[in-house]
Amino acid sequence: MELQSLTYIVVGLTFAIYIGIAIWARAGSTKEFYVAGGGVHPVANGMATGADWMSAASFISMAGLIGFSYQGYGGSVFLLGWTGGYVLLAMCLAPYLRKFGKFTVPEFIGDRYYSKAARVVAVLCLVIASLTYVIGQMKGIGVAFSRFLETSYETGLTAGMVVVFIYAVLGGMKGITYTQIAQYVVLIFAYTIPAVFISLSLTGNPIPQLGLGSSLLSDGTYVLDKLNQVVTELGFAEYTTSTRGSTLNMFMYTMSLMIGTAGLPHVIIRFFTVPSVKDARKSAGWALVFIAILYTTAPAVAAMARLNLMETIEPTPGNYLAYDERPQWFKNWETTGLLKYEDKNGDGLIQYSADKQSNEMVKVDNDILVLANPEIAGLPNWVIALVAAGGLAAALSTAAGLLLAISSAISHDLLKGIIRPSISEKGELNASRIAMAFTVLLAGYLGFNPPDFAAGTVALAFGLAASSIFPALMLGIFYKRMNTAGAVAGMLSGIGVTLLYVFQHKGVMFVQSTSFLGGFEANWFFGIEPNAFGAVGALVNVVVALLVCRMTAEPPKEIQALVDFIRAPHSSAQKEAVIADH
Amino acid sequence: MNNKADAYWKANLRLIAILLTVWFVVPFFGGIVFVDTLNRISLGGYPFGFWVAQQGSIYLFVVLIFYYAKRMSDLDDQFADDSRVEGER
Repeated sequence: MELQSLTYIVVGLTFAIYIGIAIWARAGSTKEFYVAGGGVHPVANGMATGADWMSAASFISMAGLIGFSYQGYGGSVFLLGWTGGYVLLAMCLAPYLRKFGKFTVPEFIGDRYYSKAARVVAVLCLVIASLTYVIGQMKGIGVAFSRFLETSYETGLTAGMVVVFIYAVLGGMKGITYTQIAQYVVLIFAYTIPAVFISLSLTGNPIPQLGLGSSLLSDGTYVLDKLNQVVTELGFAEYTTSTRGSTLNMFMYTMSLMIGTAGLPHVIIRFFTVPSVKDARKSAGWALVFIAILYTTAPAVAAMARLNLMETIEPTPGNYLAYDERPQWFKNWETTGLLKYEDKNGDGLIQYSADKQSNEMVKVDNDILVLANPEIAGLPNWVIALVAAGGLAAALSTAAGLLLAISSAISHDLLKGIIRPSISEKGELNASRIAMAFTVLLAGYLGFNPPDFAAGTVALAFGLAASSIFPALMLGIFYKRMNTAGAVAGMLSGIGVTLLYVFQHKGVMFVQSTSFLGGFEANWFFGIEPNAFGAVGALVNVVVALLVCRMTAEPPKEIQALVDFIRAPHSSAQKEAVIADH
Repeated sequence: MNNKADAYWKANLRLIAILLTVWFVVPFFGGIVFVDTLNRISLGGYPFGFWVAQQGSIYLFVVLIFYYAKRMSDLDDQFADDSRVEGER
């Protein structure tokens, strides 16, 4: 069957499943809307968390980032940073926040720091971090549609928005949870099937994680040795050893991504949906299992696809492919503008090298690596159709999770918590649906008119989560004496330092730069790039919080009792009773 | 806070401290700081340091979380004898 009609069928089928689930999983109460009724099985929640977490960036861009921009080993910062955060989440946040037993992250901060101001600051951090993140997902939806279904970007974005609108507004967290499970299944098959085929064809080993450590069927050398040889001959840095900046930069970058991951509200709230504290811990483990399946496959995809690409262009050393003989996938991707060739020396051959003067592959977009992979490897059309559906599943599931985090902060924290505490449950449920509808429209608007700084905002989202939300939560749980003044001063100074550093190097609101992967600069603080600064922001937050806390009065007795309550997984559920004892 | 809850919390902190040390040392030292040294050893076709950074640490994270969940689950039961386990919902 022709590729395009096949893609329509596969994508249409997955969308029909998502909408079917939405109708089945309508939310009837605020508890269902915010936390899916609190009865999601830990394995199911782990799977939903996997889809919630793995965005268009993880699915489409990460392998390309590792393989091209970060030149192999340097890409370890993403692999380590975006998985290691789950250990922090499982040990330092998820069980205690689950025990707290409420609906949102700002709600915990507001209660723990007995302050509406702290709650508002938390809402602000959450909305900025999540909204900037959502723009990227909206863009991913539009791009995936326009590339695979040959619709316009706008049509694709509208179709994606309608689907999210239906299941997020109807079902809230309940609808989102069950669609995310379906989306995980779609995306993981879409990611691993091409990887298995490629590993099999290059090394004879069907498991990509093992294939990357095996030898090539063609000449018996190890995949990584061969790749090192091929890239260094063309003047690129050695694949297995080239670092991203200094060792210190890699260290801080990884740490920032880990802390940021653990502090992202749309991930944290997923752990409010399981039945118990024990389930919250286990569920974090399952989430990481489901994430690790993709994250340990990605390095194999990165290395093997890069090797495939290099060997297509230069089959044997010094023997370049003639432009007229380029394969069909090369032509397809040229029309999208993601791949560009310029015959600089006029010999009709494709010279690819690290030297900017003589390099004729003037553009190789990172995103090509995953999207064009099945075509480069000559896989059947249904695999390509599945990759399209997988990219959309990754973008939709993350967008929905982010939208829920934003809309619940608006309806539950701002409306119910601060503006109209007397609102009825039914009124709040309606308000949460209206807030969701409004948020979807806002995200859609931003998707249609992506601000200039959109590309730089992922760094901002992680920076904010790392420098404000994570330390505030962690200190609230592990340091009983932490008080309002300390927490608010810490959050504001952490955000302040991070924003200052990011803006200082990228222009205020990123006006001067569109690429957050821009080159290195001499005046970076100890050579730390702005993306890697969240960990410094977190440290500033903690130090300031502790200093200010020491100089001000300790929190009231009932707050200390609240901390005792969240620390003890089996103490009685009657928090009020615990508090009344003191 | 009574003595029992206190002992439970201390045991939890001790466990977290040990596991987070492993969580920190393996990827940050094995995968980043001393990666060149470890790369002299090979694991099949993988330089070992590279494998730690792109594969091994991720498997380790999974093991750490499940180990923590198991140990805490036992600890919960041990300290829950006379208090109501019910009411976690």
